[in-house]
Amino acid sequence: MKRKELNVELYKKVYLIRKTEEKIREHYMEDEMKTPVHLSIGEEAIAAGVCMALNVEDQIFGTYRNHGIYLAKTGETDRFFAELYGKQTGVAKGKAGSMHISASELNFLGASAVVATIIPVAMGTSFVNKWKNNGKLVAVFFGDGALDEGAFWESLNFACLKELPIIFVCEDNGLAIHSPTSDRQGYRSISDIVSKFECNVFREETTDPEVIYRITCNAIQLQKNNHKPCFLHFKYYRYLEHVGINQDFKFGYRSEDEFKRWYKMDPVTLQRKKLLENAHSEKELQEIESEIDKQIDNSVKSAQKAPFPDESELFKDVYA
Amino acid sequence: MRRISYREALNEAMMQEMERDPNVFVYGLDVSDHKRIFGSTVGLVEKFGAERCFGTPLSEDAMTGFGLGAAINGLRPIHIHIRVDFMILAMNQIVNMVSSCRYTSAGKLKVPLVIRAVIGRGWGQGFQHSKSMHSVFAHIPGLKVVLPTTPRDVKGLLISAIRDDNPVIFMEHRWLYDTIGEVPEDPEAIPLGESNILRSGNDITVVATSWLNVEALKAAEVMQKHGISVEVVDPRTISPLNDKLILESVKKTGHCIVADDDWLNCGFSAEVAARVSEFCFKDLKSPVSRIGFAATPCPTTRPLENKFYPNAIDIIKSIESKLELQPLDLSNEEFYSYENKFRGPF
Ligand SMILES: Cc1ncc(C[n+]2csc(CCOP(=O)(O)OP(=O)(O)O)c2C)c(N)n1
Ligand SMILES: [Mg+2]
Repeated sequence: MKRKELNVELYKKVYLIRKTEEKIREHYMEDEMKTPVHLSIGEEAIAAGVCMALNVEDQIFGTYRNHGIYLAKTGETDRFFAELYGKQTGVAKGKAGSMHISASELNFLGASAVVATIIPVAMGTSFVNKWKNNGKLVAVFFGDGALDEGAFWESLNFACLKELPIIFVCEDNGLAIHSPTSDRQGYRSISDIVSKFECNVFREETTDPEVIYRITCNAIQLQKNNHKPCFLHFKYYRYLEHVGINQDFKFGYRSEDEFKRWYKMDPVTLQRKKLLENAHSEKELQEIESEIDKQIDNSVKSAQKAPFPDESELFKDVYA
Repeated sequence: MRRISYREALNEAMMQEMERDPNVFVYGLDVSDHKRIFGSTVGLVEKFGAERCFGTPLSEDAMTGFGLGAAINGLRPIHIHIRVDFMILAMNQIVNMVSSCRYTSAGKLKVPLVIRAVIGRGWGQGFQHSKSMHSVFAHIPGLKVVLPTTPRDVKGLLISAIRDDNPVIFMEHRWLYDTIGEVPEDPEAIPLGESNILRSGNDITVVATSWLNVEALKAAEVMQKHGISVEVVDPRTISPLNDKLILESVKKTGHCIVADDDWLNCGFSAEVAARVSEFCFKDLKSPVSRIGFAATPCPTTRPLENKFYPNAIDIIKSIESKLELQPLDLSNEEFYSYENKFRGPF
């Protein structure tokens, strides 16, 4: 893909994520989306950059903070919003909600809200890909908190041992809820520790989706050459409270100045600016944006109108 | 029919299923070392290679999630724990992930995962190598929980478990490994979710699980000499539980003892008692009685261990009391003793 085209695609992704999250914020207080939301605002570049570098048939896994990767991977918002509204038309008929939203048919295979628990499942999936020699990659997204859990290290160990085709993506916002990494981790640098394993480690602090994209492409290339799993460590800043739709600087556990520093490099603004510098017109961008705005509006409207699942749905799909 | 051991039957089921379906594979701690999980995985690595039968790091939790990942992508993993006590480290994956995966994907994903675990009494195993835990797993919707008693059942039920598209917890009592019985050579699938009458009788029903079926059958044999006919019902699959045969039996006999190879409190025995009282209330001639482990951790020392585990004599005593019989003279009876059958260390 040409650089110009690539950047448009990346912009579409970060814009879609930001606007979707903003739309949730707009409607959340109506109390119709009865599902706790962990918003991806601030994190868009990672979701967009990594997913852009993956093939359609590559599989992803995530946590409760999954809206960003869901949208970056699938691009769809109809079943997404219907799921948040708990409707029959939701991607899991409302059974999953925000925290577990995923779409196996679009190769987003699962999201788990117990920290680090999806990582072994992703690792098992990559084992199958290797077994079948089908060339598919798995990318598993998790926060810095996952590194506090044994399941992460067990999975990293096994993936390295078996040379599994998997990319671990650590989306590091320096916080587990309100607890900073410095209060939790008995080491200075995540990437240093992980690099002691037989894997390819990349670390970057950027809000530029293009940079994330290029790093991920390099990682994938390296993985194809040396067969070692990859570990991508990306820093970002979480704009809002851990769960919910509000800012939370007033509680004093982190400073608003830090936010302001990061906000100067806001991924969506940055990418937009880049497009203007790359000879796209303001009008062109507005067209792209209004297309996406329309998509989101329509999805929300149809989700609101859609029926709830029938009560009989409760008992369906407990067993195959 | 040919007679083989429970251990051989287990092995044969895996052999035949792995031959039939290249997506079946076996993994877990020590599955391919020289001991081969009490002999149950003998020959698998030789026949199918290390791709389809391999040991793992000591990472029960992650290796369970690994199996889930493999299962939702079309393979049919068999994860083996040489003791259920070690499987508890994977509780998170089993309860939070494996059991609910199908439901929360609204039926899009299926989880053909078998988790085999050895349970129960061994030889001075103490409190961390002897549990059963099946009641805990049976509590979780989305899991199937199977406790085969006979060699024929263990083969037929394992075949069904492997072919099933749901996660199946498959629990094998250590002492049953040496039992011998008729087992067809062909792969005979015995459906999950069907109880089995191990012995027919009219006077009293004993619902027993796993090893306690062996004890119940011994008790029934003793009682027969005294003119009491005992019906022994083995539910085999305790979740989802098909209670039809249990309820029919109790309606016929009017008396029910549940002998569960587990602790009683909040356990499978309580579930059976509740269903019997709900659906057989009018037919009951005595309240349901329950027999199980003592409500303590399992002690190591032999005299206490003997007291901890229920056996045929406990079942006989319970039958006597329910039917208001004079205590029987058991001095000439030979009860199962593993002193001459089973030597440690495991
Ligand atoms: C095993 C487990 N322990 C505790 C929690 C409660 N909890 C939910 S999110 C969270 C913080 C996780 O932080 P991180 O992994 O960095 O992800 P982030 O929210 O920053 O994206 C905690 C402790 C949980 N969900 N799971
Ligand atoms: Mg974090």
